[in-house]
Amino acid sequence: MSAVNDSLVVARRNLIRMGRIPEMLVFGLIQPIMFVVLFTYVFGGSIQVGSSNSTQAYREFLMAGIFAQTVTFATAGAGAGIADDMHKGLIDRFRSLPMARGAVLTGRTLADLVQTALTLVVLAVVALIVGWRTHENFAKVLAGFGLLLLLGYAFSWIGALIGLSVRTPEAATSGGLIWLFPLTFISNAFVDANQMPSFLRHIAEWNPFSATVQASRELFGNLPPGFQASSAWPMQHPVWASLTWSVVIILVFRTLAVRKYRSTTA
Amino acid sequence: MPGAIHAEGLVKTFGDVRALDGVDLDVPEGTVLGLLGPNGAGKTTTVRCLTTLLRPDSGKAVVAGVDVLKDPDAVRRSIGLSGQFAAVDEYLTGRENLQMVGQLYQMRSKAAKARAGELLEQFNLADAADRPAKTYSGGMRRRLDLAAALVVSPPVMFMDEPTTGLDPRNRQQLWEVIKQLVSGGTTLLLTTQYLEEADHLAHDIAVVDHGRVIAKGTSDQLKARTGGERVEVVVHEREHITSAGEVLRGFGKGEVTVEDHTRKLTVPVTGGAKLLAEIIRELDTRGIEIDDIGLRRPTLDDVFLSLTGHVAETAAQDEANGKEAVK
Repeated sequence: MSAVNDSLVVARRNLIRMGRIPEMLVFGLIQPIMFVVLFTYVFGGSIQVGSSNSTQAYREFLMAGIFAQTVTFATAGAGAGIADDMHKGLIDRFRSLPMARGAVLTGRTLADLVQTALTLVVLAVVALIVGWRTHENFAKVLAGFGLLLLLGYAFSWIGALIGLSVRTPEAATSGGLIWLFPLTFISNAFVDANQMPSFLRHIAEWNPFSATVQASRELFGNLPPGFQASSAWPMQHPVWASLTWSVVIILVFRTLAVRKYRSTTA
Repeated sequence: MPGAIHAEGLVKTFGDVRALDGVDLDVPEGTVLGLLGPNGAGKTTTVRCLTTLLRPDSGKAVVAGVDVLKDPDAVRRSIGLSGQFAAVDEYLTGRENLQMVGQLYQMRSKAAKARAGELLEQFNLADAADRPAKTYSGGMRRRLDLAAALVVSPPVMFMDEPTTGLDPRNRQQLWEVIKQLVSGGTTLLLTTQYLEEADHLAHDIAVVDHGRVIAKGTSDQLKARTGGERVEVVVHEREHITSAGEVLRGFGKGEVTVEDHTRKLTVPVTGGAKLLAEIIRELDTRGIEIDDIGLRRPTLDDVFLSLTGHVAETAAQDEANGKEAVK
């Protein structure tokens, strides 16, 4: 019981901080908004997906990818936040208190989840403005966002582990970002993975990130006309693949992160 | 019967550095122990081991009747820790900080809120209660940090260099707060680099150096070993050294030491400022011109010099220890 309570107390602390440093939230928004605008207008005309040549088809295809990329980029923020905490006196206070051991990390990842949700809302509005539309019922669209948030939560545990493993918040930021570029680009986020060389295509199809992109794309009704999903299992059952990947990532990285946190304690 | 804080043979190494080399301590209930030593002596590491932040390589520690290694959570319920770096969240207000700590001590939200209000009053922070802590002055931050350590009125308190870096006025204020606290019966282990501070606050003093307790006793006992006050005179002319020496021998309580090249004479005395005036008058009568004269009280350096034969090192070693410990 105290584990839940302590996590919420720590989450509240992080949310209060977030409110007092609004520029963090604002900067976190600029990058995905730029991606939406750049990909829509710069690449949009020359990338073809499915059998349709229309820019509208690519626009709708693209958004799930950018949403997913945005939630994973929150990883870097989680890592930097935890690294920052670890190097301030406050962590000693937390450790000297009779609180649940994992609560400092859980509280942090929960607060990040709230931030990610806010970012997604703003991004969805921007996407609507540039012409993104969904073609499924409201429940399915919500489910699509739910999978995106779950992926973001899972990745914030990877960020937590990075934050605990590095010496400075700066290292956590860059360490939290570099591997995200290949991860999000060798995927179906921005292009149809079927057109990649077969070696890359296999990676893209089994990439946990692709599963969520494919799942939310389906749930939003954003698959372009004439689009042939690959025969790989995750692409055939993207919702299940996405759920499985996210849960596995949470279980593995939460365990590692909490163990790492404890091992630096008595 | 062991005291409220009891440690036996604590050893902790960081790589090649033996930060603790067999520390033994015993603090009877309701008393204050001052852990005195230079940077790198092992003070902070000792506190970290006793407050469950660091696991010693070997040795035994009992705090508030509980074995620190066997049941760290039970220890955490009975201790308060105030560190040398104010451990508060800068972006939270004073009130929010204290309330959060209360809730993490497993108080209900309402009780934590009420307690936060009480402490803010008590620590003279009520006016700043709803401002983020980053707007606080250094002294206010330390008071907030101390208040956070007192949220549940723990029976055993640890303070790691509570006044390091504070100006004299704030130091004085904090001393008053600590004295009040101790008069309420709290057992306190306090680390400090200042003999004056230990003298002021502690019943007993343990001097540590290179991870070991090298002397224990009351402040008077330690001072007696150090030799108490001294008068230092620097004469203007080299030829006056001998006659000034005669004057000092007359007033002093021991041998006069002379440093020829700086024309400085030193003699142990008792009698303080009044004696100083007499010495000046006598030197004047004899026409001995002086460049400088002063009364020196024993400092940490003096204690160290007399106990170990070497001056307290402000070693870069402590830096290393501290960093290792935080990692």
